[in-house]
Amino acid sequence: MSEFKQTFNSSLGKKLIMALTGLFLCTFLIVHLGGNLLLFSDDEGYGFNVYANFLTHFPPIEVVAYLLYLAILVHSIYALVLTIKNRRARPVGYAAPNRSPASWSSKNMGLLGSILLLFIVIHMSDFWYAYKYSHKIGYKEYRTDLATDKTTSVDYVPASPNFEKSVSTENNVEIVRVKDLHARVAGSFSNLLYVIFYVIAMGAVSFHMLHGFQSSFRTLGWVHRKYTPVVCFIGTWLFAVIIPLGFAAMPVVYYIQSLK
Amino acid sequence: MSTNNNMNLTLKVWRQKNADAKGAFVTYKAEGISPDMSFLEMLDVVNESLILKGEDPIHFDHDCREGICGMCSLYINGRPHGPKRAITTCQLHMRSFHDGETITIEPWRAGAFPVIKDLATDRSAFDRIQQAGGFISVNTGGVPDANVIPIPKVIADEAFNSATCIGCGACVAACKNASAMLFVSAKVSQLAMLPQGQPERYSRVQAMVAQMDEEGFGNCTNTRACEAECPKEITLTNIARMNNDFFSAKLFREEHAHEHASGE
Repeated sequence: MSEFKQTFNSSLGKKLIMALTGLFLCTFLIVHLGGNLLLFSDDEGYGFNVYANFLTHFPPIEVVAYLLYLAILVHSIYALVLTIKNRRARPVGYAAPNRSPASWSSKNMGLLGSILLLFIVIHMSDFWYAYKYSHKIGYKEYRTDLATDKTTSVDYVPASPNFEKSVSTENNVEIVRVKDLHARVAGSFSNLLYVIFYVIAMGAVSFHMLHGFQSSFRTLGWVHRKYTPVVCFIGTWLFAVIIPLGFAAMPVVYYIQSLK
Repeated sequence: MSTNNNMNLTLKVWRQKNADAKGAFVTYKAEGISPDMSFLEMLDVVNESLILKGEDPIHFDHDCREGICGMCSLYINGRPHGPKRAITTCQLHMRSFHDGETITIEPWRAGAFPVIKDLATDRSAFDRIQQAGGFISVNTGGVPDANVIPIPKVIADEAFNSATCIGCGACVAACKNASAMLFVSAKVSQLAMLPQGQPERYSRVQAMVAQMDEEGFGNCTNTRACEAECPKEITLTNIARMNNDFFSAKLFREEHAHEHASGE
């Protein structure tokens, strides 16, 4: 076996890969939440639609996106391999339920991760796949009067089905035509079952982060009296509270708006 | 000693003839048990009654009965070494239970710890991990002066904390993944922190981790159940320390980074 294989096939090597891919996915959560906060701006989806177009057409982001898909796959596959190995390590189980003190989230990372993988598949096929590879998404035309800075929007039907985006200026009016992902988001989030599923998935994010963020630092061997409490604080308040709440607020707010 | 407090208990004990036989729980009555008895003494009482009846006594591991040898085990009501913190089964007293209680007693469960008979398991996997690198090589020569190498007090204390591991295997038994990383990391740490352990520090951690993997133990997911159940309160920090040394050895250390004349 080569040295490379020896390192990454060892128990600690596999844990290292879990920790590194996990931390990379954590950074993505911050970026994704930051961008999606545009959903809360009252501009008929202008900011969000332009942002969605930028994400899918700016090459460096596309490269990072493919790294992200790879990280999701590697994190899931290694989790599966490690879980199978861990099960094999105890072929005969205990009769008495385990009463050793350990947090619920730390004992259920596999369940939480499975919920998240299911969520990611559904989420990506509804938005990412629909946006990039289907013609299911309509278009909007935003007209901004540059003198008064007022924007109005109308639905737009392009001549070519492969139209992506155009920006032009006529008579001091800026016209932006872009795919209307915002309408799809609003449509999806008016479905109560869909909203409940999203909120449950964000609950899974919360518990997965509660254990996963600080655990990855332990796996990397970065434990210190000074910064471990900071890591735990960030893992708990930023990743397990603020970020899942921010994401969960989107479907909930859109659902409430759809009732009006 | 008053006999008024004596307890009657129901024991559900795992009985298994040998490694290959199929085991099952057998229920026994333990009657007139003094709360001042240790858990193992209670089992001695039960065994004496079994012997008198001509039955095969319950096999369980024990040796010093002072909580320092690491020989006793037993998974009692879902916890290794029973419900009390930081003690071994031999130091667990029957006053920790109440009259009429049903106590479930199982052996350590791990593929790497096969059952020998009843509650006794084969923990020689731990010995093989130790033999793979849990030592320092001392060459012959004059005896050095005891204080010739200065060691900071906190480091000496921390190394000693790691060295208090008695290798009982409660960490493996408690871990939902049957991981041995608390044990291995304690044995790695106790030497990695001291000057005498330095020359073999990075080859040791690699050899011991390789042997641990070879034995088929699971992988740590930092649930901290091991730390909570360890009779010697070995901390999870040891695992982080082992990980750090392992990744250093594999990715950064000079002695493993280049081809060397010795071929190592």
